[in-house]
Amino acid sequence: MSDRSRYPELVDGKPAVDLDSEKYVKLWHGPQHPGITGNMSLELILCGDEVVDCKTHVGYLHRGFEKLMERRTWIQNFPVVCRIAVPEPAFNEYLYAAGVEELAGIRPPERAQWIRNLNLEMMRLASYMAWLGGQAGAFGNNTIGQWTITHRDYLLDLFEEMTGGRIYHMYMLPGGVRSGLPDGFEGRLEAVLQKCEKLLKEIELVLLNNSVFKARAVGLGYIDKDMIDRYGITGPNQRACGVKRDLRKDAPYLVYDRLDFEIITGTASDAYERTWVRYREMHQCIDLCRQIMARMPKEGPFHEPLPNVLHWRIPPGQTYVKAECTRGEKGYYLVSDGSLYPRRICIRGPSYTHAFPVMEKLAIGTDIADIAGLMVSLHTYPPEIER
Amino acid sequence: MKQLFDRLQALFGVTDFERKRDDLAFLKVPKDHAEMLIRHLRDHEGFSHLVFFSAVDYIEDDIFRLIYMLHNYGTRDTLGVHVDIARENAGMTSIHTLWAQAALYQRELKEMFGIDFPGSPGVDEDFMLEGWDEIPPMRREFDTRAYAEKTFFPREGREKSDPRTHMRKQFYPNWGEGE
Repeated sequence: MSDRSRYPELVDGKPAVDLDSEKYVKLWHGPQHPGITGNMSLELILCGDEVVDCKTHVGYLHRGFEKLMERRTWIQNFPVVCRIAVPEPAFNEYLYAAGVEELAGIRPPERAQWIRNLNLEMMRLASYMAWLGGQAGAFGNNTIGQWTITHRDYLLDLFEEMTGGRIYHMYMLPGGVRSGLPDGFEGRLEAVLQKCEKLLKEIELVLLNNSVFKARAVGLGYIDKDMIDRYGITGPNQRACGVKRDLRKDAPYLVYDRLDFEIITGTASDAYERTWVRYREMHQCIDLCRQIMARMPKEGPFHEPLPNVLHWRIPPGQTYVKAECTRGEKGYYLVSDGSLYPRRICIRGPSYTHAFPVMEKLAIGTDIADIAGLMVSLHTYPPEIER
Repeated sequence: MKQLFDRLQALFGVTDFERKRDDLAFLKVPKDHAEMLIRHLRDHEGFSHLVFFSAVDYIEDDIFRLIYMLHNYGTRDTLGVHVDIARENAGMTSIHTLWAQAALYQRELKEMFGIDFPGSPGVDEDFMLEGWDEIPPMRREFDTRAYAEKTFFPREGREKSDPRTHMRKQFYPNWGEGE
């Protein structure tokens, strides 16, 4: 920010705001607000309609997952981890399982890897559906939210068939998955994918080609390329800036190295471009689900036998496993001291940096009416900040 | 990665090189050289991405092990840098000038482990725990169960009952009478 003449003076790096001067207004955006992503809040200082300072606050959801996990056995933690990102728990399940498998020297069967990959891509599509409704709703297009949540529900129906659970699946346990796919699943999945494709075509017409949406989202929340490494930005937020990085390609896990897809990038790096990148990635999810279903082994074991999990001691060691979730790099750092319990589990979520330093920087100079749209365009989930 | 370790060993006295996977390795560096090493890794070795920054409490050895996880997008290598610091008056040089999100990690470490990073912006501000007056909760000696029992239970007006007894009262209120 070169010209700060309109903004409060900085004292020790912080804006000196005198609320008694009646020049500024402090406004809490959240934690109960339709334009905020989950239970978090933004403390905004406004000068007229313009945001001159922004501070993110979390803590409304803190359940101490990382501490809880140090007091539970390895298998007891398996149903805990999925709670760390409510709209897309599968990535947590997969990463926890992958980390434990690496430390314990277990290799899940081939069929389990394919099923896991299908589960993750379906999860990505479901999560993007929820996000797309939020992004449209933040700019007043609330009907789109009704459509996308309906289609997310169709996907949740499939998750229920596949895993028994709609939101928290507890499906990808260490060693593989809990079950194979039910009979006729492929046909029902294809029917839902076709519905989603049809919906996306309509959304392109009514949202992405909508002049009001364009007028408000183009140029909003511009992320400069220099910010990418300095702020640790990952996922679609970085790809919309033209940076071609995606862990599914750069560090392939599961069966991604056997699937045919390209990294989707943009150039303009604003809220509109980020919407486009995610929109195209939704089409990519549909394509990947079809590829997986066509190539997946239909027979064979789906779970590697584990030792008695009630007395399961993982050999001492440490590892870091990562995956590309909808928001960027998600990672699990696990340390075992050879006991029944993990020594430490540290979770790296992309929202940590996107919701704090990035949001606090991008909010400055933004109109108050666009704050919700900006926030959703960064796609953040507070539980993975608070862990 | 081994060549990198050899170079760093000569320059910064790093030890305990552990290669976990082709793309993942860990090493340890003395506290006094840590900030210089991390700056060197970022500026000269291509480790431009701070993946995360956290700590592990080894209470039995009276140390905290800081873990700086760095990633090199060029070579696709991830490197975990370990730094052992004493638990007593725990403190470490701040790296907030190297990455914008580092200040946030340091604020969290101050709150959760009690590790101080002098000069780091907002390091003394509450991150998640408002009005917390106990020991930092991620320290191993913090007993979650004792804290929960002291703080949340028993609460005035809250009754505790055995589920079996409760259900019996609900469905068979006259259980044990007559016959």
